[in-house]
Amino acid sequence: MANHTIATNVYVSFLDKKGFLSWFLTTDHKRIGILYLISISLFFLIAGTIALLMRFELLTPASDFVSPHTYNVLFTLHGSLMVFFFIVPGLAASFGNFLIPLMIGAPDVSFPKLNLASYWIYLLGTIIMLFALLQPADTGWTFYTPYSANTDADVILITLGVFVLGFSSILTGLNFIVTIHKMRAPGMTWHRLPLFIWASYATAILQLLATPVVGITLLLLIAERSLGVGFFDPAKGGDPVLFQNFFWFYSHPAVYIMIIPAMGVISEIIPVFSRKPIFGYKAIAYSSLGIAFISFLVWAHHMFTSGISEVAATIFSFLTFLVAIPTAIKVFNWIATLYKGSIELHSAMLYALGFIFLFTIGGLTGVFLGALAADIHLHDTYFIVAHMHYVMIGGTVMGFFGALHFWYPKWFGKMFNESVAKLAWFLIFVGFNVTFFPQFFLGVQGMPRRYATYPEEFQSLMSLSTYGSWILGLGILIMTVNLLKGLFSGEKAPQNPYGSLSLEWQVPSPPPLENFEEIPHVTDWSYGYGKKKEVDA
Amino acid sequence: MEESHGHIHHMDPEVEYSSSKLGMWLFLGTEIMLFGGLFAAYAIFRAKYPEMFLESHQELNREMGAINTCILIFSSLTMAIAVTAIQKGKRKMAGLFILVTIICGLGFGVVKYFEYSAKFAHHIYPDTNIFFSLYFMMTGLHMIHVFIGLVVLGVIMVLTFKGKFNEKYSTPVEMGGLYWHLVDLIWIYLFPLLYLVG
Amino acid sequence: MSEHTHSEARHITGYKTYFIVWVLLMILTATTVYVSYLDFGTLNIVIAMVVASIKAVAVALFFMHLKFEDSITWLFALFPLVLLFLLIGMTILDTFTRFFPIAG
Repeated sequence: MANHTIATNVYVSFLDKKGFLSWFLTTDHKRIGILYLISISLFFLIAGTIALLMRFELLTPASDFVSPHTYNVLFTLHGSLMVFFFIVPGLAASFGNFLIPLMIGAPDVSFPKLNLASYWIYLLGTIIMLFALLQPADTGWTFYTPYSANTDADVILITLGVFVLGFSSILTGLNFIVTIHKMRAPGMTWHRLPLFIWASYATAILQLLATPVVGITLLLLIAERSLGVGFFDPAKGGDPVLFQNFFWFYSHPAVYIMIIPAMGVISEIIPVFSRKPIFGYKAIAYSSLGIAFISFLVWAHHMFTSGISEVAATIFSFLTFLVAIPTAIKVFNWIATLYKGSIELHSAMLYALGFIFLFTIGGLTGVFLGALAADIHLHDTYFIVAHMHYVMIGGTVMGFFGALHFWYPKWFGKMFNESVAKLAWFLIFVGFNVTFFPQFFLGVQGMPRRYATYPEEFQSLMSLSTYGSWILGLGILIMTVNLLKGLFSGEKAPQNPYGSLSLEWQVPSPPPLENFEEIPHVTDWSYGYGKKKEVDA
Repeated sequence: MEESHGHIHHMDPEVEYSSSKLGMWLFLGTEIMLFGGLFAAYAIFRAKYPEMFLESHQELNREMGAINTCILIFSSLTMAIAVTAIQKGKRKMAGLFILVTIICGLGFGVVKYFEYSAKFAHHIYPDTNIFFSLYFMMTGLHMIHVFIGLVVLGVIMVLTFKGKFNEKYSTPVEMGGLYWHLVDLIWIYLFPLLYLVG
Repeated sequence: MSEHTHSEARHITGYKTYFIVWVLLMILTATTVYVSYLDFGTLNIVIAMVVASIKAVAVALFFMHLKFEDSITWLFALFPLVLLFLLIGMTILDTFTRFFPIAG
């Protein structure tokens, strides 16, 4: 490691070059990662603000802040932006881009130009989407037929935007799979790969093979509206539930596109701050692939009340329970890693612990929903909203924030204020639970989702949820300001502030242009904490 | 200075070649899934409305479909020959066979044009019934792929004649070939499903 | 040296092989068209799909050189087919075991 420290004085960091074009035309995976990071963070903040508006409307039972139609538009925007623009590209595109080549000891991804093209396509999708906002749809992010085929709102433009985004997702996944197969440094065998890489690989397979199905589904929806094709129209002999079958064939795996990278992040953070080797490496690694595969088999559990057959529902319900197995394997192994570890409660670690706690609630309520009888009662109630947000915010967003705090010094070469970060975490954790935990009760009591008004009896819980959203919003605001402030006035980050053994920490912060001066020869896995003092890099 | 060279040039050509090939196969997998939705719709609606499929498919011109199948399979042959030719370093031959492939592709488009026109003349449109919805969506999506393939092959042909490829570096020709064969492969299923057993 | 390993790593298929495959494809096309004029009932689609699949396999193995690819390529060539059958199979299962079929 000594020679790397000397090298810090002379190297050219990937951030050094300035100018708009040097960013817009970059093929450097680290810069493309930043471009994604900025874009998705922006959409996260916009969609989050929309959520605050929705919660504000729900403070009182009457629809007094926005009209019901506006409310429908708001939840469509919130859902579409969060799902397609923030959370699906999310961790996979931003941190995936930044970390995959660094972690496997490669100078870049296999197809750097294609990588840039993926980002441009993402931008194109966002531009189309922004035009779609001029005449916003009110279909919800799922675009269910027959409503989406008949509404006056401009569904074509928004689905076209999503279709274009799909391309970006596919090409990113393709790039990552090839990179992980072909660009690993000598000695970086499959069983030495950091678990984030395994997670990214599993995610990439889903991006690659599930996304085209939603592509054709949305094309058919566009054809339905423009050419009068009738696959989803009962009047023409079509079947609206077929749309749901196709849609969820993608959108259920998409849920795992969102969560698996976050699981990979947790697997990286926990051993570093427990100073212990990760427990059950292979189990965690293969459970990522297991989750990815099973995710293709469970899509119809979103449709138990849509009139699908009981035979199919029973099979899909059973298959849904199977997802709990690889997921639980991960959770158990993370907890076993913590056991008797020398735990340091760094802000990144707090997010990781938050993930385990909240995701477990989100995951287990998912099992309730997978049970046929319970689902009939809970479907399309606030129970779903709570479950989904426990998985998406409690899981993915916690993982995303954890990754931001963990790799921030590496990526930007600066440190943020740790105490403020801890305060922000506390507000986010408390605010999140105050917002969404009451929604489980609302759901069980029968409060349906997607309504701007509600009966008075729900007001106390609904208001509580709204107050919680303010705490959550404040926490995210403080975190954002803290991280942005660090960029400008933070201390210079050392090469390896946490003593991590992973390859990305063995290069200076921020990493040099070509990542490694020499392609490293890997001789061990990166989780040998407490056993070896140094890693051969 | 360093970066303008890019990382690609540092890459071992053998790794680059096998990466491109793997990447292309991954892409072909996504194409299968893209058409997969249509195949699934076909399976369901055919099982639901066997009489409609039987009646409607007789409106299609079996001879034209068969001719197009032969054209496309022949174009696959010429493309395969072009790939082998460039792998052996025979640039001119490779370029010529890509040209033949392109001409076949255009021929396919012309036949398809006549077919579509005949359908429109008989007032058959995508919204006529589910079978024709499927027919137009499947062949239409396939036709888009043919066009994209023609553009790609056109560029590759020009570059081949310009001498950009040789026995050591023929990756783009091979990738273009893989794509073109996939277009053929999908048609191999579309032809019997739509024209023969409807 | 590098050139040598290069040409060794890459399998070049001969023109003759292509030609044989093409003849096979043409014979199969003729067969499938011929069969379509006969009435075997439900067997018609079975025959058509079997013939199409033989053609597809021939194109993939020889024109697309899948025969000479490594196991990873095979995996990623075949896995989408598994998913495709899953999509078709499970959707059909749902559609045709419903208590109130939508139509038909």
